[in-house]
Amino acid sequence: MNGFQISCKNLNLGYDNHVVAKNINFEVNAGDYLCIVGENGSGKSTLVKTLLSLNKPVSGEIIFGDVKRNEIGYLPQQTIIQKDFPASVREIIISGCQKPFKPFYTKNDYKRCEENIERLNITSFVKKSYRDLSGGQQQRVLLARALCATEKMLLLDEPVAGLDPIVTEEMYNIIEKLNREGITIIMISHDIKSALKYANKILHVGPNVFFGSKDEYLKLGHGNLVFSNK
Amino acid sequence: MNIEFLETLNLYMNLPFVQNAIIVAILISLCSSLLGVTLVLKRFSFIGDGLSHVAFGAMAIAMALNFVDKMFLLLPITIISAILLLKSGRKAKMSGDAQIALVSVGALALGYLIINRFSKSANISADVCTTLFGSTSILTLTKTEVNVCIILSVVVVIVYILFYNKIFAVTFDENFAKGIGLNTEFYNLLIAIVIAVIIVLAMNLVGSLLISALIIFPAISAMQICRSFKQVTICAIIYSLVTTILGLMGAIIFDTPVGSTIVVVEIVIFIIFYILGKIKGGIVA
Repeated sequence: MNGFQISCKNLNLGYDNHVVAKNINFEVNAGDYLCIVGENGSGKSTLVKTLLSLNKPVSGEIIFGDVKRNEIGYLPQQTIIQKDFPASVREIIISGCQKPFKPFYTKNDYKRCEENIERLNITSFVKKSYRDLSGGQQQRVLLARALCATEKMLLLDEPVAGLDPIVTEEMYNIIEKLNREGITIIMISHDIKSALKYANKILHVGPNVFFGSKDEYLKLGHGNLVFSNK
Repeated sequence: MNIEFLETLNLYMNLPFVQNAIIVAILISLCSSLLGVTLVLKRFSFIGDGLSHVAFGAMAIAMALNFVDKMFLLLPITIISAILLLKSGRKAKMSGDAQIALVSVGALALGYLIINRFSKSANISADVCTTLFGSTSILTLTKTEVNVCIILSVVVVIVYILFYNKIFAVTFDENFAKGIGLNTEFYNLLIAIVIAVIIVLAMNLVGSLLISALIIFPAISAMQICRSFKQVTICAIIYSLVTTILGLMGAIIFDTPVGSTIVVVEIVIFIIFYILGKIKGGIVA
């Protein structure tokens, strides 16, 4: 089980042959906490979409090892549509259990839904409608949905965007707890400080692509580079 | 006064074509309420609007060609247009909105031109009025058309039940749905085709200009007071059935056009729901 989960080789990303990010090489193993950092427009979101097969890479390849293409639990950035979507918390969480060619949920799906509700401390607001929740609560619901889809890997796209500092801290703690339980985390982040605090690997997307352990990243001074740029 | 109403109603209810109309109206209102939520939330409502005008154009052709069972021409044309609008809307450089505006206005103009030029009917303005506002079409359905309506409605309901969970997932979050391996393109296509079928069905009841109301109002109204997707769906169905039946009765009693009467009832109940939603903050799940 020590093999890699996802490996990207010479990946060039973009839309319609217009390259946004070049020469991305990285490997994720089970239990890793990988933070993807980079400036706005450097191709972080494109990379996420490519990993989820929503986008095709311009060139290069993504090899799925110990994790299947559809075993990545995705926490997207929230859309405007979702903000006032009339759905109950349970309806959203269990929708993570869906599989192709299975029209209805099974008993097992309901069980899984309840487990994840407890796991992420959603019980206190489980009866509410999604659109009446605070930003942090909504993120927890979407995270629970992602956990219904997978037990192996979570792909988080700016999970703390728009959250206040206290809720942000809570969110990071939840993610860290899940990582300790053995779930691989890939997180897109603006927040370099927290990235360096929690991650064991860093992928810096931009003109100079860096991939390596957190220590290497600090040694090379990339972290400082980004700080001074801000 | 009241007794007079009841007598008129009673008289009409015993006519076989009125009974047909009521059955068809109930089925149509049931179907049209189902996908409203998805349409509204996915910002697909304009597709519904565009398609209803395409259906008008198709109806014009059917009339010019003297089709008896017009649905057999309407259905394929509208379904194909739905597929094309959906496909091209994603790729084209022109925004989906502008494209649909072009298609819908074009179809409307062409339709009127065709009816005006080629229709053999004696009363062209009445024909146009019927097609646009459905003034009497629900009462003049052929036996085949009634049967087709019933079969299509049953198919729509079965498809909706089978794909209910998938439709929810695709409506709430298409990217996530794609990520867990659902074929979202297929579901979008399915939604577009079902909408096309519903529009062709609903054209008989309210005419092509008012179809959007039949699809959008139940969903929007239910969303004012309901808090979960299931509640919204059930509430929209009940809302749609009640408003259609009230509208139909109203049309018979006051001798008003069926389509407009139904829509007016829908507006009134929407306003009530809106106020209720503001006061109570909705029903808690």
